[in-house]
Amino acid sequence: MSSLASICAILIVGFARAITAVRGIWAGAPPTPVQRIYYANHASHGDFVLIWTVLPRAMRARTRPVAGSDYWLTSKLKGFIGREVFNAVLIDRNPATRQGDPVTDMSEALTGGDSLILFPEGTRNTGDEVLLPFKSGLYHLAAANPEIDMVPVWIANLNRVMPKGALVPIPLICTVTFGAPIRLIPDQGKADFLARAQAALRDLSPDGGA
Amino acid sequence: MDTHFLILAICVLAVLGAATVAGQLLKRRAGPGDLTIQNLTARINAWWVMAGVIALAFIAGQVGVVILFALCSFAALREFLTLTNTRAADHWALVAAVFVVLPVQYVLVGIGWYGLYSIFIPVYAFLLMPILSALRGQTDNFLIRVSEAQWALMIAVFCVSHVPALLSLQIPGYEGRGLFLIFFLIVVVQFSDVMQYVWGKMLGRRKIAPRLSPSKTLEGLVGGVLSASLLGAALFWITPFTPVQAFGISLVITLMGFFGGLVMSAIKRDRGVKDWGHLIAGHGGFIDRLDSVIFSAPIFFHIVRFYWSAV
Repeated sequence: MSSLASICAILIVGFARAITAVRGIWAGAPPTPVQRIYYANHASHGDFVLIWTVLPRAMRARTRPVAGSDYWLTSKLKGFIGREVFNAVLIDRNPATRQGDPVTDMSEALTGGDSLILFPEGTRNTGDEVLLPFKSGLYHLAAANPEIDMVPVWIANLNRVMPKGALVPIPLICTVTFGAPIRLIPDQGKADFLARAQAALRDLSPDGGA
Repeated sequence: MDTHFLILAICVLAVLGAATVAGQLLKRRAGPGDLTIQNLTARINAWWVMAGVIALAFIAGQVGVVILFALCSFAALREFLTLTNTRAADHWALVAAVFVVLPVQYVLVGIGWYGLYSIFIPVYAFLLMPILSALRGQTDNFLIRVSEAQWALMIAVFCVSHVPALLSLQIPGYEGRGLFLIFFLIVVVQFSDVMQYVWGKMLGRRKIAPRLSPSKTLEGLVGGVLSASLLGAALFWITPFTPVQAFGISLVITLMGFFGGLVMSAIKRDRGVKDWGHLIAGHGGFIDRLDSVIFSAPIFFHIVRFYWSAV
């Protein structure tokens, strides 16, 4: 990471802390530096930043978000933050224009020893549903990397800090809860696995999946 | 340096030192696994940090104290708003509360404009915030949302700002000594909290509001309020009060502090949380530590202003 990028990272983490006083709750998985795939609910552009902020520093350096290139490559600043600061694995979400295979790109990052953060809902959830249906990428990733733990991560309150269309955040306390890891059970079908992964994440939400 | 400050600083160091030694002795007796002792140690350590921060602010003078309490208000407002029912439609009202009302209130306190800081939130913010919310046209739970935002501002900003506002009082023969009034208020009210806990643990039988706060007992209340009021009387020499006046004022502010804790517990119960936040180890959040000061500061301010201040 360049020194400019590390300064940006420190500023972003500091700003996130000042606004949200965010706290990580390691309910089902300890904060140990093992390779993992974190998957989280997606309600705000700041979701990744909050997860990153609560990770211990050494883990932060080896944890990359999976993000849509259609968003992150639309301006120079976003491109710098996405590529240099967050070291994101950028995926083209549109199958028509896509060059490579997203699962291959993610698996490559895992082969390099990094952990991943992804948002299997695929897009930001701005409605009243607890979770949107999961895209199938999570399943394909699990099938390609069956030996890596998948940790559900619930981000609470950030959607109130920065609702859709808001320019200025309001300070509210946020929490990031890490649940118990899951893995693909051999012979488990795609629909079953996605349902299980979704239930594991939904259980971490404040209403406990009600 | 002022000799009064030196004496008080040595007293605070002695009390915290004694508490630390006592905590270590209890830890040795109960073993490191005891949760009550762990909490006690965390609380005592947090007291060291709080005393250090307040001392630094005092050394920095009026500006330091105003900034310290503005930051406390920010943290308290963040905690309070977290537990409210506000919706996306209230976003601009809340942005205004945090980034306009809070700083303006503290600037007014800093420049000592009593005529405006005493009505800015209860009159102007009271009327303007619901206008900002109404403009968005979201009517569901409107009264609840608006009231909760008002409460957040009154509790976290208006009341807390009355601590540094003590510096702007002009008391004949007591010029430039406003920091001692702040010291008096904080030490008496917080000592009352600690002594309520201690007396309650030793003699507590009759619970005052078991559904709200099971640890608050009549014995703890009487013991705590009386001990703290005696301390207040003993501190008369740093105030413009006589010993009897200092005792009476201490009685009022410690009782207000007690009821403040009760009210804030009721809100926590309603919202199903144990603590307001997590930033002060062993204590919970800023509001958990400030609740008694929040309720006593405006009353203390107005008693002193009415009977002692020249303006």
